[in-house]
Order: sequence, then structure tokens, then C-alpha cells
Amino acid sequence: MTSSLREAIAPLWRDNMALAQFLGLCPLLAVTTTVVNGLALGLASAAVVVIASTAMALLKHALKPAARLPIALLILAALVTVIDLFSEAVFYDLHAKLGIFIPLIVVNSGLLVHAENVASRRSVGFTFLSALATGLGFLLAFLALGALREIVGHGTLLSDIELLAGEGSRGMTLELPVGGMLVAILPPGAFFGMGLLLALRNRLTTKPPADQSSSGIRR
Amino acid sequence: MASAEGHWALTTVAAAALAAAAFYAVHAAYDWSDERIAANERARVVARLNSVLEPALRGRDLTTTLLAITDPELLGSEEPVDVFVLTDRGAPMATVFATVAPHGYNAAIDLLIGVAPIGTVTGVRVVRHRETQGLGDAIDTAKSDWMLQFDSKALTAPPLELWAVDQDKGSFDVISGATVTSRAVVAAVKNTLLYFEQHRDDLYARAAEAAARGRTNEP
Repeated sequence: MTSSLREAIAPLWRDNMALAQFLGLCPLLAVTTTVVNGLALGLASAAVVVIASTAMALLKHALKPAARLPIALLILAALVTVIDLFSEAVFYDLHAKLGIFIPLIVVNSGLLVHAENVASRRSVGFTFLSALATGLGFLLAFLALGALREIVGHGTLLSDIELLAGEGSRGMTLELPVGGMLVAILPPGAFFGMGLLLALRNRLTTKPPADQSSSGIRR
Repeated sequence: MASAEGHWALTTVAAAALAAAAFYAVHAAYDWSDERIAANERARVVARLNSVLEPALRGRDLTTTLLAITDPELLGSEEPVDVFVLTDRGAPMATVFATVAPHGYNAAIDLLIGVAPIGTVTGVRVVRHRETQGLGDAIDTAKSDWMLQFDSKALTAPPLELWAVDQDKGSFDVISGATVTSRAVVAAVKNTLLYFEQHRDDLYARAAEAAARGRTNEP
């Protein structure tokens, strides 16, 4: 794998927007009471960052730096409005549950940083890949926190999937033999879940202490 | 060939083109979704109306007349509240009030209350609420059967002085941990029945008059 490719897909895990850079936490913590909520907002956010960042990369040479931010906001606002209207027309009940958080994708700091920072410095291809990785990485955080809170809080997985995938998918909802621990779906549960996810991520990404002691201290 | 820093001329052209594209995209999305969203809203109201009718009337081809009635004291809102009078060839079959319970725990609770011509409750459903998840949200029939206790109750059964939650020596169950929510809903149902008792003939007359003017819609 070339270093450029590795850098482009870093937002998937190593530089994950939510779990490593702590950006876009407000919608992440607010809507992830179920996997389906997380999936819907994660997909919408991913679509927005891919389209907006790629458009900004295409315009890179045309724009004065001072004009980049307002134009990025213009693109984001138009995109999000279209997605908001589309989801209200097609996924009416799900749209009602997500409420204000679809329009608020406009001001998701992580997406704006990507559309402004990466897109202004890198090629169109790199930006597209990196935006895809950012979107999928964000979606991953949504799904992980949504699954954790839904399993612990509701004792189900994929409840309300029919709101997103149609009546035929109703059977995909799993009833798990665990009791509902209410706190998981209340706001504090979002922070507990986020803390657990961060701890897990740190555990997976930090080098074992043995490496440091062998390189640092010699006996 | 533009420099990496861009030109103001190019920037202006790009911004104008983007603004036009954004305008067109949002406009097209609005045109496409407007009818669909309105249809979704109608379908939701009709589905909800059915849910508070007595089972024998559900799905019957009744004429629905929509009245807008303002009565802050009994219907809970300073704004006009939707009241649906359902008739079958001129004979009143049911009345459905979109009553507001103003004193919910976090915000007003929007209810739908079906009342039979003899003044009994045929069903109560919550349309929109912001009660605490896991506690007050038991008013949602998807979460618990609490709302069903109002079925076939009337101002005489139980007697008016017993229209309160059991905690206040009334005859209605209280949701444990959500006394405020329970009180708000019981009071709203009671007030709606009071309104119906005082204005029944007037409601039916207004519905007949509106029907004669052709201001009806078939659900």
C-alpha cells in the first residue's frame, strides 16, 4: 500500500473523525439510541462529505482561499436541504425521529474541516477517497455506538429497520435475551457508551507497554 | 491557466454558478418532495384517526369534516386545534380531537382523542411528545398499554371527581416515575370530554354546515 493511499484511508480508523478527532460528536451522541437511527444519519453524513469534498476539490484552482469557506457552506447547505426534503418524502417516520439532526449536518464541523482542509490541498482522487473514508469512519462510529446503546438499552438490534428498508425487512429485527438497561438510551448513556468505545479503541491502537519498557529502560 | 491561489474573477463566476446550481437543486427537490410529504402527512393523520375510532368504524368510508377550534382552557392550546367530525350520510359517527396536553413534563403533549356520539372515549393516542425516554414515553402505545385504560370511559364513568390519577385519589393508573405526564394526559382527556359535552350539538351543526359547503375530504 502506498503511503498516499494509506493517508487517504486513515480517517476510516486511525484518524476517525468521531473516535480520534472528536468532531461531530453532537449528532453522534444525540441520535444513536438505535442502530437504525445511527445508520440513517451516518449514511446521510457520508453522502454529504463525499459530494461536498469532491466538489470543493474540483473547484480548488478556481477559488480564492478567502472564498472557500462560504462556498463550502453553500454546497453543504444545498446538499443537506435536498437530503432533508428527500428523506421527509421517502422515509417520513424515520425523518420525524431524527428531527433537527438532518438539517444540522450542515454545521458538522468534521465534514466542514474535510471539505475545506483536505479538498483545498490534495488531488480530486485523493479527496474523494479520503472523503469516502471519513464518511465510512463516521458511519462506523454511529453504528458501533447505536448498536451498543440499543443492545444494552432496548435489548434489541435493528428495531425500526422497516422505516429505512421497507416492510419486507421487519424480520431483521433481533430480540435479544438481555434486559433493558434504561440508562443506555438516556443522554448519560451516550457518554458512557462513547467512553467505552474510546477505551476499546485505545486498547486496540496503543502499543503494548512491553515495547516501551524494552526500548526505554535497560536493565 | 489559473494559479493555485485562484482569481477573484474565476471565484465570482464559480460562486455564481454554484449559487444557481444550489438554487435549482433545492427548488427541484422541493417540487419533487412537496406532494409526497403532504401525502405522508395525510396518511399519518388518517392512520391515526383510525386508531382512535371504535373498531367497528375503522376503515369505514366515513365523511371527515375538519374544524379548527380554539379553546385554550379545555383543548389546551392558544392556537386553533384540529377537530375531525366523522359522519356517515349526515349522521355523526365519531369526533376526533387533536387536543394538546399543555403540562407535559418537558413540553406540551399532542394527543388524538376519539369520542363517540354518546360521549364515551373510543381511543386516545399520543401524536407527538417529548416525555422522558423509558419513563413518560409509556404514554406511547408502542411502549405500553397505559393509554388503553381510557377506552370506553366517559364523564359519568368514572364519576367526574374520579377523573384523576390514583395517586390523587382518582381512578386512573399512574405511570410510575411519570406522575406529571400521567396527570397531564388524564386532565387533557377529561377536558376534551367536557368540551364535547358542552359543544356537541354546535360541533355537529358546524360539521353539517361545512359539509353542505363542500369543505370535506374523504380520507
